Amino acid sequence: MLSSILPGLSTLVKRGLAGWLIVIGAILVVAIVVMTAISPWIVPYDPTEIPSSPSILASPSTQHFFGTNDLGQDIFSRVLSGGGIMLQISILSVIVCLAIGLPLGLFASYAGGAVDRVVGLVMDSMYAFPGLVLAIAIAAMLGRGVVNMALSIAVVYIPSYFRVIRSQVLSIKEVTYIEAAKAVGAKNHTILTRYILPNIVPSTVVVATVNFADAILTAAGLTFIGLGVPVTIPDWGQDLTMGQRLLTSGAWWTITFPGIMIILLALGFTLMGEGLSELLNPRLEQ
Amino acid sequence: MSGENKENSHLLTVNNLTVEYWARRGRIRAVEDVSFSLDKGETLGIVGESGSGKSTLGLSLIHLVPYPGRIVRGTILLEGQDVLKFGREKTRDLRGRRLSYVFQDPMMSLNPVERIGSHFVELIQTHEPKVTKAEAMIRAKKLFKDVGIQPERIDDYPHQLSGGMRQRVMIALAIALNPSLVIADEPTTALDVIVQAKILDLLNALRDAYGMALILITHDLSIVLERSDRIMVMYAGHVVEYAQSADVYRNPQHPYTQGLLKSIPNVELDEQTLEAIAGSPPDMLNPPKGCRFWPRCYCPSERCKKDEPRLVSTEQDHYVRCSKYGRGE
Repeated sequence: MLSSILPGLSTLVKRGLAGWLIVIGAILVVAIVVMTAISPWIVPYDPTEIPSSPSILASPSTQHFFGTNDLGQDIFSRVLSGGGIMLQISILSVIVCLAIGLPLGLFASYAGGAVDRVVGLVMDSMYAFPGLVLAIAIAAMLGRGVVNMALSIAVVYIPSYFRVIRSQVLSIKEVTYIEAAKAVGAKNHTILTRYILPNIVPSTVVVATVNFADAILTAAGLTFIGLGVPVTIPDWGQDLTMGQRLLTSGAWWTITFPGIMIILLALGFTLMGEGLSELLNPRLEQ
Repeated sequence: MSGENKENSHLLTVNNLTVEYWARRGRIRAVEDVSFSLDKGETLGIVGESGSGKSTLGLSLIHLVPYPGRIVRGTILLEGQDVLKFGREKTRDLRGRRLSYVFQDPMMSLNPVERIGSHFVELIQTHEPKVTKAEAMIRAKKLFKDVGIQPERIDDYPHQLSGGMRQRVMIALAIALNPSLVIADEPTTALDVIVQAKILDLLNALRDAYGMALILITHDLSIVLERSDRIMVMYAGHVVEYAQSADVYRNPQHPYTQGLLKSIPNVELDEQTLEAIAGSPPDMLNPPKGCRFWPRCYCPSERCKKDEPRLVSTEQDHYVRCSKYGRGE
């Protein structure tokens, strides 16, 4: 498998800056996913158990690379295994966004007229809310848990999917090949699934990738204000919340390392998204 | 236009067709009161400049006038049936099977993400659901031979073909279900001159081989003069002259047609001054009063500026819309 990935990477890199962005972003994301996946076997300490003879708030040392928190838990171990929740939430929210935003954008803009206007109005009014505030409101209503957080994040981002997909469909449905298909009697569902859908895949991929980063940051925000997952599960957002109380006692390591991980994961997706959009958007090509 | 009693025997009869675009700033009559008929095996050339309504006329024949256009009056009889009265499903079935359309821009007429062959499979299966994919591909390969493309190219993507080849593919798609009428809307405008001649000859050869009728819409009178049986010259939504090609060539009667003919280079003449028609087409929101052509005409009379001339018959099968030839009834 590696032998097929490496040449692929080198061709990407040859496409210039966009290729580099994708490669670096992908390496970051893949590294974090792999790290989280194999964390049960590589953690030096149990990330959830509170040790019986704890060294509380120990600063980084050879024993605890990233120090310990106020319960004496090893922060390095918690960082290794704390990405799972973030990843689950962001993947689930992107799937929900796609499952709702994509068909809505497709049908509304293809149908046009009143349908388009009504759906567009609803989407725009959702878009008008500040994202995090809306997510907080919905998360507070739904309660804790991965699925609930993913849903509240999805609600915030569905309008951006809708908008991008709608504008793409609007421009593609005027192209001659759609008219040509109609002129030989193609059915509406054929035009939607075989003519329009494949042609909007590139921009959809770009929105989804960029949206991953947004979802991660929103998830971190929600966890930070206490709307995340139960405390027992190691999670970077959770550790940030716990750590900020300890900052006054000088324990900078409690929030620095989980914070860096969140930034790296969001950065990875952002880089990929930017690279993809530059690569797939013909208007930016020289 | 021909005798009323013969109407049903024609392949296509269009009566008093009027198409308007209901724009925000007013109604634009893109096609006004157009009537003609077409028989099996015939070619009709529709000539006019941009905005003359020729494409709108073509699209209204397959009921695909773009929004905000609508057919406000008239009938289109195809083999005796009024296609404007067809429901949505029947209209969809009509397109491709009985009527098909070849668009101007072959570069954009094929779905860029599908192989050429899939276009054929899709088209054939839409109209004949029982046909298998393999059978459709065999038929597509035969069509490829008919339009002069190597059958192997069927697995290519559209971007792998040249403009001329893509237009051949579009023509193959248009004739795939053996329609009785093919409408080609400036099929060669995007192509270079040599490919242009080949495509037009191909269309005429296919017309004979498949026994269908052909409507050739173009802004270039010279390319339809020798290839069509009859020519309809349009100006600002009106038919200004309608006659046998030979008559249009020998005896053009409308000043606009005369102008068009004078602008075509003739290699047989030693000396020839090419003349252009002065001015530009009228603003269709405010067409000139009287004859729509008078501001550009070389001999407008006072009457031309006041009264709109009617289409009158000046000789056998020759119709002109010009006050010089009388006002009609």
